[in-house]
Amino acid sequence: MRRAIPLLITGIVGAVFVVQYFVPHYPFNMMSNWFSDWFAIVGACAIVLGALNLMKISIQKVIKRRADWGYAAVIVASFLLITIIGLAEGGDFRDPGTKFDWLYKFVYTPLSSTMFALLAFFVASASYRAFRARNFEATLLLLAAFFVMLGRVPVGYTITEFMPVEYRLSDLASWIMSFPQAAGQRAIMIGIGLGIVSTSLRVILGIERTYLGGD
Amino acid sequence: MSIRAKELLVLGLIAVFSLIFYVGKVSGWKAVQFSTTVSIIVILLIVLSLVWILIKTIRGSLIERRIVFLYVGIAVALPLFMSLSQKIPISPEVKAVYDSIGELPAGSKVLVSFDYDPPSAPELQPMAEAFLYYCFVRDLKVIMIGLWPQGPQQANLAIEEVFEHEDIKPKNLKYGIDYVNLGYQAGNEFVIQRLGSDIKAMFPSDYRGKPYDEIPLVKNVKNFSNIDYCFNLSSGFVGTREWVQIAVDRFGVKLGAGNTAVQAPQMYPFMRAGQLIGLLGGMSGAAEFEYLTEWTGKGTKYMLSQSFAHMIVVAFIIIGNVAFFRSGRKSRLDR
Amino acid sequence: MEHFALWIGGFLTLGIISFLYKDNPWYKLSEAIYVGISAGYWFVSLFWDNFYGKFWIGVFPPDRVNDAGELVSTGRPDYWLIIGGVLGLMMLMRLLPKIGWISRWALAFIVGATAGLWLINYFSSFIMVQIQNTVIPLFGENYGASSHVIVGNIVVAVGTFAGLVYFYFSKEHKGTFGATARVGIFFLMITFGASFGYTVMSRMSLLIGRIDFLFGDWLGMIK
Repeated sequence: MRRAIPLLITGIVGAVFVVQYFVPHYPFNMMSNWFSDWFAIVGACAIVLGALNLMKISIQKVIKRRADWGYAAVIVASFLLITIIGLAEGGDFRDPGTKFDWLYKFVYTPLSSTMFALLAFFVASASYRAFRARNFEATLLLLAAFFVMLGRVPVGYTITEFMPVEYRLSDLASWIMSFPQAAGQRAIMIGIGLGIVSTSLRVILGIERTYLGGD
Repeated sequence: MSIRAKELLVLGLIAVFSLIFYVGKVSGWKAVQFSTTVSIIVILLIVLSLVWILIKTIRGSLIERRIVFLYVGIAVALPLFMSLSQKIPISPEVKAVYDSIGELPAGSKVLVSFDYDPPSAPELQPMAEAFLYYCFVRDLKVIMIGLWPQGPQQANLAIEEVFEHEDIKPKNLKYGIDYVNLGYQAGNEFVIQRLGSDIKAMFPSDYRGKPYDEIPLVKNVKNFSNIDYCFNLSSGFVGTREWVQIAVDRFGVKLGAGNTAVQAPQMYPFMRAGQLIGLLGGMSGAAEFEYLTEWTGKGTKYMLSQSFAHMIVVAFIIIGNVAFFRSGRKSRLDR
Repeated sequence: MEHFALWIGGFLTLGIISFLYKDNPWYKLSEAIYVGISAGYWFVSLFWDNFYGKFWIGVFPPDRVNDAGELVSTGRPDYWLIIGGVLGLMMLMRLLPKIGWISRWALAFIVGATAGLWLINYFSSFIMVQIQNTVIPLFGENYGASSHVIVGNIVVAVGTFAGLVYFYFSKEHKGTFGATARVGIFFLMITFGASFGYTVMSRMSLLIGRIDFLFGDWLGMIK
């Protein structure tokens, strides 16, 4: 029962979404619209589940005074601060000038942006230490990277401006992106597509059950 | 001096430095700008220091990673003080977006989906601003949505910036008539799927809570068939790929896109197949589009730093490989 | 307030950047604030846009006063959304260990919906359209295409085919098959090299944005 009903739900919902492509009329269009609306709500709850789980773990850490419990307290305090402010602001919480908007611009944005900006340093350091032309394939990878890195910025155009139009770095970079790179991407895409189609079919038919976890 | 003391000293220096320049800014100090001569001297010094690093690396000692970090920081920061200009070549995929918008008659409805968050803003926000500016200059009607929760706020920031422009202010654009922000909706590709049948079902009100039917711009817009053009700004999932799969392949929508540079290479097969009209890829795409639309934005401002950063990365890769080949040759000679 | 805001932004930005030196309390504090604020941001957005904006207003559409001053109803109630609400509540039951198993029903709904949509979407966009665009006249109609286009078409066709041959691992890569797979690897290396180049561009762009904030918006050193 605990596994049979979820498998039935997966099969029916998946089948409706497949059939509605071929029969976009009553009742399949109506059912797929319902399911799309429900997905929006369930998807939101899945994300909220993650946030609440984080709070549960952090609060337990604070109560039991585990290692770094102080930082867990900061996590909880930050969460409560923005949640209370956001809920109190009402539906206009995003409007410029609100306290929520202030937190978004001056706390959330600097933190999230800088976290990802750190990657710039690590990519340069990793390139210096590990990116070696050990064989023909690696050399090809390196050369493609060089052409694209220099061709996609104005300096690539500047240093090869004297050359005929289609041989400038910027044009070579465009050609690499539009042809050989696109070919490789296309091969990867077709492979991914085949994998997803077969996995989706297995999920809908109930052959693939790992998402249900153990009992 | 102990390491701890040195660390605290550096922290103190950073605090003092910040305070001095902040007070200076408030007092009205002018921005620092290197002349062309100073810029060239700075560039030469950087090149010479890279030669020194090359020599050190060839001699067998890889420099510490914090030195590499320092060079990256220098390569990114110093060009922002320089006044060198560069010509920006236009790529065909950016021109395609520009031309496709140019073909739309005045009054056409353009759906812009803001599917990104602040980390991707340096690349995508300049695109958003240039795109909205171009739409308003051409008297197109803009409907903004977000499939990422931060999207509607990024849309508001772009609108604020664009409305300051001297070409836009006289137009006296009205919210709800010339543009609207319908907000965010969870559901990823299911939202796009639903927009194909009923936009109001997914966005029953705008981001402020005003009911859909009370907004003049959208009250007669039922689904994609009433939309003339879609533009998607994307930095991951859910993004351009899903828009192509559903909006284009299923509902036949005309789609242009702006993507972060990480994602842009994956869009080229879609462009070749005609699923995507054109693509603004990364900050260079933003700078090219700013040039075409004559919008003065951050994309163009940042391109000198981008050029320097790329050259530094290329230089470090070359240095590492020169040392690698020399050490390989040396070990073969020794044998 | 703007002064305070800029100093907060600067403090938090430098806190994260301090990680480049080494892991330290300043970084850990900034990271903890980031985690809490992110979770709270998503919670608030989903509450107003989704739970209230879609579910509550959908099931209990309020009466409003329109611009003309008349009391109007915003629409008919959509009671089917209640099923979505129930599924959502089931999902949240995962937080309670004793009845957490019921979240599998909601999870099954999500997995089934995604599988159903992806099956056709990926088949159409990633396989059919891409193959259709590869199997095209390489020389144009009546050999009318320019040399630039012909070379490009050949490169794409050969590269796609060779790349697919490489991914076929059910047969040993030997002889002609192996040589074709090797050509496929070459194209894939060009793809990965181009992706690396674009990744460097993307990461550097993010850093440029932050440096512009520090030296421009915060310290006023840049125009």
